[in-house]
Amino acid sequence: MSQPLRTAAPPGPGRGPGAGQAGVPARGSERAAWRAQFARLRTAATRTEPGRLRVIGAALAALLIAFGAVTAWQVTDRARAADAVVERSEPLSAAAADIYASLADADTTAATGFLAGAKETRAVRQRYEKDIATASQLLVKAAANTGGSPAERRQIATLNERLPVYTGLVEQARADNRQGLPLGGAYLRYASDRMREDLLPAARRLYEAERDRLEADYADAEELPWAAIAVGLLALGALGWVQRRAFLRTNRVFDRGLLAATASTLVVLVWLGVGHGLARAELEDSYDHGAKSLQVIGMARISALQAHGAESLSLVARGAVLTDDGKDAYEEGYGRDMRDLFGGTGDAPAAGSLLDRAKSLADGADGRAPVTEAIDGVRDWQRRHAAARAADVAGDYDRALPQVIGERDSTGASFDHVDTALRKALDHEKDDFRRAADDGRGALTGLAAGAGVLAVLGAAAVVTGIGRRLSEYR
Amino acid sequence: MHARTTETAHTAHTTQTARSARTARTARTVFGATVAMVVTCALAAVAALLLPGGGPPGRTDGRPATAAARPAAAAAPAERAADCTDPEASLRPSTADGPAVRRIKERGRLIAGVDQNSYRWGYRDPATGKLDGFDIALVRAVAKAILGDPDKVTFLAIPTNQRIPALKSGKVDIVARTMSISCDRIKEVAFSTAYFQAGQQLLVPKGSTITGIDDDSLTGRKVCAAAGSTAEAELAKRASAKVTTVPNQLDCLVRLQLGQVDAILTDNALGAGQAAQDPSVVLVGKPFTTEYYGVAVNRGSEDLVRRVNAVLDDYRAGGTSSPWMQAYRQWLARADLGITAPPEPKYRD
Repeated sequence: MSQPLRTAAPPGPGRGPGAGQAGVPARGSERAAWRAQFARLRTAATRTEPGRLRVIGAALAALLIAFGAVTAWQVTDRARAADAVVERSEPLSAAAADIYASLADADTTAATGFLAGAKETRAVRQRYEKDIATASQLLVKAAANTGGSPAERRQIATLNERLPVYTGLVEQARADNRQGLPLGGAYLRYASDRMREDLLPAARRLYEAERDRLEADYADAEELPWAAIAVGLLALGALGWVQRRAFLRTNRVFDRGLLAATASTLVVLVWLGVGHGLARAELEDSYDHGAKSLQVIGMARISALQAHGAESLSLVARGAVLTDDGKDAYEEGYGRDMRDLFGGTGDAPAAGSLLDRAKSLADGADGRAPVTEAIDGVRDWQRRHAAARAADVAGDYDRALPQVIGERDSTGASFDHVDTALRKALDHEKDDFRRAADDGRGALTGLAAGAGVLAVLGAAAVVTGIGRRLSEYR
Repeated sequence: MHARTTETAHTAHTTQTARSARTARTARTVFGATVAMVVTCALAAVAALLLPGGGPPGRTDGRPATAAARPAAAAAPAERAADCTDPEASLRPSTADGPAVRRIKERGRLIAGVDQNSYRWGYRDPATGKLDGFDIALVRAVAKAILGDPDKVTFLAIPTNQRIPALKSGKVDIVARTMSISCDRIKEVAFSTAYFQAGQQLLVPKGSTITGIDDDSLTGRKVCAAAGSTAEAELAKRASAKVTTVPNQLDCLVRLQLGQVDAILTDNALGAGQAAQDPSVVLVGKPFTTEYYGVAVNRGSEDLVRRVNAVLDDYRAGGTSSPWMQAYRQWLARADLGITAPPEPKYRD
């Protein structure tokens, strides 16, 4: 290809120095000389068939290389976003959800242990300590992984700052309680207020920031590679036009080079369409049945935790904390969390409640089973809560207490049942997510490199094909 | 979460009491002025009952303010409804069985509505899970008198806002739950004679420079009070301090221990419970309001009111070794309330 161009080039360098000697006043004539040379070149390129073929060949080759480059670039971009979903943003949002859940669990467990007083079991104490340890460890990890976002760093700083204050208050509550001082209950309620007013909102904001990032990564990975598709179609059209032109001029039906280029372009386009389409479908699936149900079930678990925490605190406060209209503040809190979780007191969760959404998002019998189990658990829980509450309102605290913190047939046992089922559902959804997201990532494997190689081959085929035509003019 | 304290706002009675307490302070130097006010009172019968009663024995020792405040509390009749001049005046004691007492005897158990959050009054000992305190001891005395056994009691832990509904519905026979007698409440339930006299007082860390509510020592300092309580209303009248409100009076002690406030304003009976939980805090200044606690009974159960009053008569009798003084020493003496005797009973019939 460079050879024909060289034959047209020589006059240029020959004239150049001469024009340069003319100095400043000669600038106009130099420009005229360049213009003349360009005109000659244009004449050579457009007026003669070999010239035209050379230009067409060069343009086609460039278009194919561009197609390959744009495809490789856009596919790499999407693959990187898909990797980010699986390797960075989903684990980070899961970690943030774990921080949130550990804190809520710690608060609920602290209240349960407090109610048991001196009879607090080792298991309850260990669960509280594990929750705090998990939250601290995840916070350290989150601080290391969060990168730039100042909003996330601020939440992590708040959590790091307030968590020791919270644990200090809980220990004070335990110490006072063990000495038989009702002040312990006041400390526990204060600790719980700090948890619900400072720590949990910060954990929630951190989780929401991570979730937004996850959704942004999903959107990046799923965005159609429009530029690559457009350049590909343009290349295909151009190849068709050139071949039609050759057919009309020379009656030659096939040019093997151009045909090969067309084939390779088609392969890249189809590969791109199918590959990205598949990746997109798998990623969407991983979002709907993985990430989204992880979110919904995670929220359901936190609502369950807070509902149980509230019913325990209502026994700690013993009617000492009332709302403006004279109702037990913690019982109201329980009602709110239960409404989020289940809706009403019917047999099935109300439409739009977290468990209802979790159920409709759950995939297959394996996915639905734990959610159904949680729903059954909540039904038991509500029944037991009503009985315990009735006993407490009637002034029979001694009968109400074991109905909440007892090991069997208590609301606490129901809560544990629900919590275990929801954790099982979370594990199942995590697997679902991972599988679908990995499939999605897999669909893009080799596409960028393949597109590059095929585009270069296509360009080479174009040059060979056009070169063969050119050789016929010699 | 806005919420109220165990001792919710004492409504009209509170302000009346406070107002009369101030009246008392101005009249303090001339005790006769109080007498004069009583004379001008519309109901001469009440005055007649009041004056012979005079100050209780032992009241003369260094507590003139409270002693003066007491008659004054009954001496603001012009501002009060004609039928409520002296809410703490109850029915004469009697041990005759009426329908209410017979019902308890037939049941074999006394059902009492009590608190389980007020340390030293009615609280649940976390070690044993059992209820104990000054109010609980009083309920046991009532059970012993009626049923012959102090343990034949079913304690129902009722929240503040359930005290009156529980009595009206008959769920409980009596309520002994740091419940102050007020003109509003006597329209709803009947009260025994007063079994305790309380007042608003400041609670501060030992060594604090705060010395009282009405000197300048409180200026610019942070004071904690339960939301909706008498203390909050009293603090609102005095703009000098910065007020922090919390759901429950005990929450104030948490804030004080955490250094978020400099003082607590609360009913000194409850303050005594706080001081008992933290030996490093003390009550300072003088109580500047007067409230009487009574055992509440359904309005229809006159026989039970008289019966409880008879129990209270016995409970108070015996000077320094009376059951009342024993219970006081056991549960409340540590707080140094300066009380040396139970309040004198008043009757309206």
